[in-house]
Amino acid sequence: MTEIQPASGVADMGGDSGWGQAPIIDPDEAVFPEKWEGRAFALALLSMRLSGSNLDAFRHAMNRLDREHYIDDGYYGRWLYGAENLLLDSAIIAPGAVEARAANIAGGDVDEPPAPESTKPDYAPTAAGSIRQIDAPRKFTVGQRVRAKTMNAPGHTRLQKYTQGHIGTVTIAEPAQVLPDTHAHFIAENAQWVYTVSFDSRELFQENAENFTLNTDLYEDYLEAAS
Amino acid sequence: MNNAQSSSDRIPINLRTEALEQLLVERGLVDPQVMDTFIKTYEKDVGPLNGAQVVAKAWTDPEFKQRLLDDGTGAVAELGFKGPQGEHLVVVENSSAVHNVVVCTLCSCYPWPLLGLPPAWYKDPAYRSRVVREPRTVLNEMGLELPKDTEITVWDSSSEVRFFVLPQRPSDTEKFSEAELAALVTRDAMVGVAQVSA
Repeated sequence: MTEIQPASGVADMGGDSGWGQAPIIDPDEAVFPEKWEGRAFALALLSMRLSGSNLDAFRHAMNRLDREHYIDDGYYGRWLYGAENLLLDSAIIAPGAVEARAANIAGGDVDEPPAPESTKPDYAPTAAGSIRQIDAPRKFTVGQRVRAKTMNAPGHTRLQKYTQGHIGTVTIAEPAQVLPDTHAHFIAENAQWVYTVSFDSRELFQENAENFTLNTDLYEDYLEAAS
Repeated sequence: MNNAQSSSDRIPINLRTEALEQLLVERGLVDPQVMDTFIKTYEKDVGPLNGAQVVAKAWTDPEFKQRLLDDGTGAVAELGFKGPQGEHLVVVENSSAVHNVVVCTLCSCYPWPLLGLPPAWYKDPAYRSRVVREPRTVLNEMGLELPKDTEITVWDSSSEVRFFVLPQRPSDTEKFSEAELAALVTRDAMVGVAQVSA
């Protein structure tokens, strides 16, 4: 297990401009348009297990990628790079092993590093999945005004930057779930209540923003009461 | 992977994938047949036809529809739909007054048991970044023009809650069977970037 590494920031793109026109829908798109995408998908799912990590750690392993690795090879490209990060973190594969093997498949003749001694995190979830039964009372109730905190998470978080500092209303009390911010780093599950919070678009953006409602499901630690 | 590598010396992604698979398979850490099973499951078994069945049943069975809106997870489990990325499902209903559209700005969370794996447009940075800021414009660009007085609600998945849109039943379909209705329902309507038409 390694120390907490920060996200690069590219994944937290909600509200950003500069990504161009909305995509064109292809109703006949294949699930995996290219063969490697299916292989990368399966390898990533298996790598979570192999590395002794979890879904939140996998998401963070992708969020650590720089913009090129996150974007250039598309969705399953970042899955593959994220899976490699998990396998490197837990020393299932050695640094440079994938590059060396790729060179040899391509007809090269390079030395490959030996398989390392694995160092999986000393951490196991208390149950499958993310939903947990907890006894703690809910801090917030449906109809209550809440503010999404301004947080500078050192590592993983699911609190989008575009919601931070803004006030909304709790609209749905969701089940308790493990907190990705600590679960991703094998610190603790911190199971807690989740709330769907409803924001007015003009609160999130500016007065002349399009008029709509934005709902997002946020963990209790991300919220504070607002008057 | 945290270090920038210029694109010119980047290993092609298909080769890189093959290299990682070889390394893990030859040490017995990964079984290629298990990989095949995962791939086939999402190519053949788990896809938007599941969601279309849920929608058609909700359109024809008012009690099921009520259960679906009250407890999405429980209602779709009645039809056998559950699994990864379906731990807790919230179903939201489109009407002429309110149009719901779903996104995951942080990655591409999607209700796999009902819709399968997400399509390219859902994973596109332009969709992820812009639909939470200018949904009407984005929907227009994607071919959906809503009446001016239809309110838009955007759902951005942050936790393991998964949002699913129950589209409006098209008019003139009173005589359609449940199976005929299911055949009309598209993946894109169940995320909220399209409407169902007869």
